[in-house]
Amino acid sequence: MPADRTLELSSRDRLNQRVKQIVLSVQEYTNLALESVVDVARTPFYLDDALYQMDIIGIGSLPIVMLTGFFIGAVMVLQTSAQFSRFGETALVGDVVAISIVRELGPSITSLLVAGRNSSGIASELGSMLVTEQVDAMRAMGTDPVKKLVTPRVLATTLMLPLLTAISDFIGLVGGYLISHFQLRLDPVQYWTRAIHALEFGDLVQGLVKPLIFGFILSSVGCYYGLSVRGGTQGVGRATTQAVVTASVLILVSNFFLTRFLLFIFP
Amino acid sequence: MHPDLSPATPRMSADSPDGSAIVLEDVRIGFEERDVLRGVSFSVARNETLALLGETASGKTLLLKIVAGLLRPDAGSVRVMGREVTSMTEHELLDFRRQMGFVFQEGALFDSLTVAENVAYRLREERLEEQEVQARVAETLRFVEMEDAAEKMPGELSGGMRRRVSIARALVTRPPIVLYDSPTAGLDPVTSQTILCLILRLRDVYGVTALLATQRMQDAFALANFRFTAESNTVVRMPPDRATPPGRANGAERPLTRFLFLRDGRTYFEGGPEDVAGTKDGYLQRFLV
Repeated sequence: MPADRTLELSSRDRLNQRVKQIVLSVQEYTNLALESVVDVARTPFYLDDALYQMDIIGIGSLPIVMLTGFFIGAVMVLQTSAQFSRFGETALVGDVVAISIVRELGPSITSLLVAGRNSSGIASELGSMLVTEQVDAMRAMGTDPVKKLVTPRVLATTLMLPLLTAISDFIGLVGGYLISHFQLRLDPVQYWTRAIHALEFGDLVQGLVKPLIFGFILSSVGCYYGLSVRGGTQGVGRATTQAVVTASVLILVSNFFLTRFLLFIFP
Repeated sequence: MHPDLSPATPRMSADSPDGSAIVLEDVRIGFEERDVLRGVSFSVARNETLALLGETASGKTLLLKIVAGLLRPDAGSVRVMGREVTSMTEHELLDFRRQMGFVFQEGALFDSLTVAENVAYRLREERLEEQEVQARVAETLRFVEMEDAAEKMPGELSGGMRRRVSIARALVTRPPIVLYDSPTAGLDPVTSQTILCLILRLRDVYGVTALLATQRMQDAFALANFRFTAESNTVVRMPPDRATPPGRANGAERPLTRFLFLRDGRTYFEGGPEDVAGTKDGYLQRFLV
């Protein structure tokens, strides 16, 4: 049937276009991410911009990261103590909170929070600059926008996220301690001793390497979507949403492979 | 008062070996299977102003961006100051663009920086001494009569003020070539005149080679019929003396302004103001009306 054939061809064409678009996006993202890394070693250095971004991303994210870290630790104790009390081993909550927060929950949840806050911020800021021709103006004045806009943001996020995670981990442990102390009447020395002894070197490495990678992912994805905006202010809104969704998905997916890899190195 | 800019830095030459500042040959570009430019060729001599005219979406802005190396054409040659732009790497282009000023249609000012910081941007990128930066910014803002707005944010400025700051930002390094993208679009007649006066002063006092994209024929005629005199600090009408050959290079007073019309991605007409004024062509007459 000619009509069916036309429909089939157009569907195939659309699929073809879509696949090409995805391949092109991956290629463009990879180029941008690599260039942002290489630019760290190239002059001129935009140290002021990097420090400014560290302040926005690091200090700016601190309240929300601390708040959520506290309640994650508290909830962990509530959830696990109910199970451990059945065996009369409520003292084990210190172990569980420490391992689960430092290894997994701290890096993942902090990264997702920072992705929600900063991937969107980066994408909308760069997207707005792009649609108002500020990026072109920068290029017209001889400034490399990747070096000026992308590298400081990627560098700042990559360096700040492990620090934010470390703070979040600690606040989580404090949250866990407060609940275990006031609700389970657990001795503070017992809680902290178990929590600290439960952690090994590999756990700390795992807990700090992950946010390093996640920081790179969420900032580079934000920059990529910001600098790929099409369609004016509506496009900026779309890019902002896409940046958060993509960064969050990439963080969760890469977390799986990263965990496999790190567990292989630190079994 | 129109304080002039001091020649703080020796201006770079806009010359190429053949005497042309800008030469485009058979430039083509298309997007998503639609050809926007289908073989545009022209040249702009040193100190000359070429007014690019055409309807909306005729490719005027694209041409400016191609000349500045912000876009790469699909085919054709672009030589600016004797250098082939199309074969430069992105890093070579960054260096190259520092020799050129670009005034964007909406100003494209950095909205997180003040007016003074916008104008100083290029100087700070070149790591000049802060004292020199401050002096040159103040001088350039005086030139565009925006010294009182130095600490304002771009969001606080009117459309005309934004264009003036954009011109200040483009000329702060004294580039030999300035590209203007519809500098008077959307402005009221009085503000448009102020912008045109600035363009005339840049051309007539500093001999800037200019490529100006516009939809407004009156802008192009203003550039062709008026000149700025540094002695009296005023804009005066030039005598319609066809006997006087235009051009400053040959010692004549009359600066050279030519018109180039784009239509359907091609050069439709190229000539002087007299040729356009006396035309019977329907397409050109649409602009005259």
